[in-house]
Amino acid sequence: MAYVTDHSKDYDPVFGDYIALLKPRVMSLVVFTAFVGLMAAPGALHPIEAFCAVLFIALGAGASGSLNMWWDSDIDAIMHRTKTRPIPSGRTSRDAALGLGVALSGLSVLMLGLASNWHAAGWLAFTIFFYAVVYTIWLKRMTPQNIVIGGAAGAFPPLIGWVAATGVVSIEAVLMFALVFMWTPPHFWTLALFMRSDYDDAKLPMLTVTHGRKSTRRHIMAYAVLQSALAVGLAFTSIGGLIYLTIALICNSIVMRNAFLIWLRNEAEAESDDFKNERSFFKFSIFYLFLHFLAILAEALLLPYGLGGW
Amino acid sequence: MAIRVESEIHRRRRSQNFGVAICLILFIILMMALSFVKLTNSGPVEGYDHAPRPSLEEKVLE
Repeated sequence: MAYVTDHSKDYDPVFGDYIALLKPRVMSLVVFTAFVGLMAAPGALHPIEAFCAVLFIALGAGASGSLNMWWDSDIDAIMHRTKTRPIPSGRTSRDAALGLGVALSGLSVLMLGLASNWHAAGWLAFTIFFYAVVYTIWLKRMTPQNIVIGGAAGAFPPLIGWVAATGVVSIEAVLMFALVFMWTPPHFWTLALFMRSDYDDAKLPMLTVTHGRKSTRRHIMAYAVLQSALAVGLAFTSIGGLIYLTIALICNSIVMRNAFLIWLRNEAEAESDDFKNERSFFKFSIFYLFLHFLAILAEALLLPYGLGGW
Repeated sequence: MAIRVESEIHRRRRSQNFGVAICLILFIILMMALSFVKLTNSGPVEGYDHAPRPSLEEKVLE
């Protein structure tokens, strides 16, 4: 890995390049799940406080994204999916990504503490540390369980949203965390099944490389079972209800069917139809998470009218 | 007469400066709104200004 910064090059990024360092697509997922966590929580925040809380949680996620791009710029340059990012494409320097990441980390934690409470700010600080240091710097290149560890960092936003509104962690917040946590590994392992050359080229110890593709298919099945059990179980807590239960049952039936088909297939079958089942699992899993959190939001919004919840 | 040649570098730097300016303005507006909400929702504020504090006076009367 190249740790030396190239000072000989003149970088002149446009403002959009700094935005790209914050991984706006990941931020949009963070905004949505943190907002749902905050809305589903029993505590009531003023709309301005709630807006600030979600904004600074998203900014914290963006900061950790920038730190991730700073550290991973060498492998980003190799992988087809990431080589157009600002650093490998030569639009910004590694120093700029590091500076932006550190500055926004401090700002987001401080402002979340002031806008909501210091308990939520502590969770945000831990999330940034976990994603940037534990996942990106320490474990991503060391263990095939890297996706599982990275998934934990991505699962914190709804919990932080909940804590911002209530000041405490409860079973509902933990279950929302667990749902995203269990959803992440099969989502990325199916991507690894049909984007295999990318991870191989970057020499990342993905499960597909270290344990083989058959083992990855078994892991996808196992995680799909756990994910489905959690998703349906969430329906019977205070944030669940009939709407959520209906959506959870439909979505998890589809996920279980797709995971089962992936588990049964061998490589020859998968290659013959260009990984059709794997691709459909991956595409559906994006909607899967969105629909679950949308259902939690619907339950929360309908509750005052006597329609949401049990 | 001043020579004005606009190059790519000017366009890029203007984009950066404009973006940072917008962010700072939005941040100031947000801080003002947040401060207003925090102050109006936190109840009466008692400053120490060498004058008897109403809450302490009440206790003395009791």
